[in-house]
Amino acid sequence: MSALDTLLWVAFPYASLTLLVAGLVWRWRSDQFGWTTRSSQLHEKAILRLASPLFHVGFLMVIAGHFLGLIIPKTWTDAVGFREQAYHVLATSAGSLAALLTVVGLVGLLWRRFITQSVRLATTRRDKVMYVLLTLPILLGTWATLSTQLFGQPGGYDYRETISPWLRSILTFTPQAEAMPTVPLAFRLHIIAGFLLFAIWPFTRLVHAVTIPVQYPTRPYIVYRARQASVSAAPTRRGWAPVDTTTAHEGAGSRGA
Amino acid sequence: MKVMAQIAMVMNLDKCIGCHTCSVTCKQAWTNRTGAEYMWFNNVETRPGVGYPHTWEDQDTWHGGWARTKKGRLKPRSGGRLARLAKIFANPDLPELVDYYEPWSYEYDKLLSAPKDSAAFPVARPVSQITGKPMDKITWGPNWDDDLGGSTETMSQDPVLAQMNLDVRTEIEQTFMFYLPRICEHCLNPTCVAACPSGAMYKRAEDGIVLVDQDRCRGWRMCVSSCPYKKVYFNHTTGKAEKCTLCYPRLEAGQPTICSETCVGRLRYLGVLLYDADRVGEAAAVEDPQDLYPAQRSVLLDPYDPQVVAAARRDGVPESWIQAAQDSPIWALIDTYEVALPLHPEYRTLPMVWYIPPLSPVVDQVTASGNDGEDHKILLTALSTMRIPLEYLAGLFTAGDTRPVERSLRRLAAMRSYMRDVNLGGAGDEDIAGAVGMSGAQVEDMYRLLAIAKYDDRYVIPTTHPETPRGIAALGQDVSDLIGAGDGSPEACSVSTFHGQSTLRMTSRGRAAAAASAASQPSTPGRVNLLDWGGDEHASGLFPPAPSEGSDR
Repeated sequence: MSALDTLLWVAFPYASLTLLVAGLVWRWRSDQFGWTTRSSQLHEKAILRLASPLFHVGFLMVIAGHFLGLIIPKTWTDAVGFREQAYHVLATSAGSLAALLTVVGLVGLLWRRFITQSVRLATTRRDKVMYVLLTLPILLGTWATLSTQLFGQPGGYDYRETISPWLRSILTFTPQAEAMPTVPLAFRLHIIAGFLLFAIWPFTRLVHAVTIPVQYPTRPYIVYRARQASVSAAPTRRGWAPVDTTTAHEGAGSRGA
Repeated sequence: MKVMAQIAMVMNLDKCIGCHTCSVTCKQAWTNRTGAEYMWFNNVETRPGVGYPHTWEDQDTWHGGWARTKKGRLKPRSGGRLARLAKIFANPDLPELVDYYEPWSYEYDKLLSAPKDSAAFPVARPVSQITGKPMDKITWGPNWDDDLGGSTETMSQDPVLAQMNLDVRTEIEQTFMFYLPRICEHCLNPTCVAACPSGAMYKRAEDGIVLVDQDRCRGWRMCVSSCPYKKVYFNHTTGKAEKCTLCYPRLEAGQPTICSETCVGRLRYLGVLLYDADRVGEAAAVEDPQDLYPAQRSVLLDPYDPQVVAAARRDGVPESWIQAAQDSPIWALIDTYEVALPLHPEYRTLPMVWYIPPLSPVVDQVTASGNDGEDHKILLTALSTMRIPLEYLAGLFTAGDTRPVERSLRRLAAMRSYMRDVNLGGAGDEDIAGAVGMSGAQVEDMYRLLAIAKYDDRYVIPTTHPETPRGIAALGQDVSDLIGAGDGSPEACSVSTFHGQSTLRMTSRGRAAAAASAASQPSTPGRVNLLDWGGDEHASGLFPPAPSEGSDR
């Protein structure tokens, strides 16, 4: 295995996952105020109403599919009598459907984002980088599925013999990347693009995915909270900063509005 | 019984002249920021009219507020918990910016930068604050139908008119008209709080103010659509919900909200109500929407009842708040005089900003017909025959039941006639008072509260820190130094610590005291409060150090 392969299949995934985890922790601690979907529905609703659910439901299906295919070992499905043939048909059909939903949704979202003027102006540079790095793995993954599973050799490509053990070895801190150079190019590109996306995830508005409000269904409807010093009127010192100093302006908290 | 305190407001619509001072000062205080251009925490609508946002009262479209299920339970009209999570990727009920209006500014710069000998006259074109493009034809704004302007085209869209099947004449000179200032209702049963998936919205336990925790809001926008009054807004720049805070920093210092403080007509009242938190759900779920007004009143507790006072003490309501509840002008207007009514109780949120319906449209019409608009017999007769204003007001305040509206207007009419007698040297006609179920003394008390109540009678607000009574707090930093807030405990919020303003400092005596105190023990060395600075004494830190050889002055 060459140095480049070690870099790509061992060092890079770890660097990416480190950025993901450390970045999320850092952002959670330092930037609660910035932790939001930053929705643009106020500007444009007609396309979003279709495209956003399509994209999100498709993407959740994609995540579930990746979990099934990558995290669950092949030996387990074999053990419960789930034959490779049946798995392949199921995974390919469900995966293609998920890809279709995601891509159609994403096209709709990108369309409104760059065609509707108010939405385009609400797009930050960070959003643009995020959109590129989000679109790449989705298109590459779709390509990989189409080229190998749907239109490839009969039986498709069994990634559960190569990619899945490699990913589990990464996640269990026993990296074994020997099989990776033999994986079809489309999958390799998809994996690299995917880890790139993980690396920037905490620094974009994608963080909203981490705070899915799962506790909402179990909560009482009305929330009461006692007044806290932190949400009370900020004890701003009176007076103006002297003209010859450059101290940061204190107070002016953003809470509670 | 679980006694909780709520800061509530009453607005006397008879006195509103539609000057929008409340809206403007509120905007200056809270929403003059990027992303908040279109927000008006306080707005004044001309009624009949479509309101802001456009037809906000049409809950068949917006699905705000609560709905009563067949089993008699309450569910947000936009759906229960799981239905809401299913809709989280795109909120189908969310208004778009055009439903409010597209905010704009003008190219004022063009007026100044036009070349001296330009052949064309310089023009400041309107420019959208959303797209940055010129808006050559502005077609909607926050008060488009102000004073019934353009109402011939839009008035028929007023949801209250539609609901009441009212056919109002659209000839301006023949219709009735009044102003409706609106802020967040700070409801006892807020749907916005119930709809927030993140749990970022909450009702403050001490004073009932409904707030958005800006750190926990994730921008799901469910509060915006679930609020039937459309008083939660989405800041499209920060991606967070924002709403009227009832100016809690001012309230905590014992000051009224900025809309109340600056109200030209002095029509706003602020005070404490005690209510039974255990009975809120039950009251909001009564079957007939017309029973919601009495049900909501039954949740409010009599602050003079010894049992209520004992329970309030048990539940940790501070003594100063119980006292404030007894002195509350709100309680008097709602319960003693029964003239204040809730706005759209049929939304089942138990709103806490109440309104005294306007008598003026009726009086104006009576006077216009050549009769004496201050004779109680004529007025009371007119009230029972003028169905359109009555039914419209009932559509706003009592889910269509005209009886409470009529009672309120009859009392206002009786007060008008009774006080005219007194002002003309009469002794006051007990028959007039008796006709509306009051005594002459009661009518005079109500007159005092409605017509001549002073600042401290209109705004009875206990401070957050009972140990720093209202008024004393206005002395500010100097007093908290005196009574020892310097023990490392968090600084008490006082008038002078809030935005650095001070009221007593405006007097010469206050300034002298402040200057003496600042000289002996400057609390913020190196800083100068320009509000305090009289301009006559040297203020170190205001100017760069002077050359050493010369004098500072």
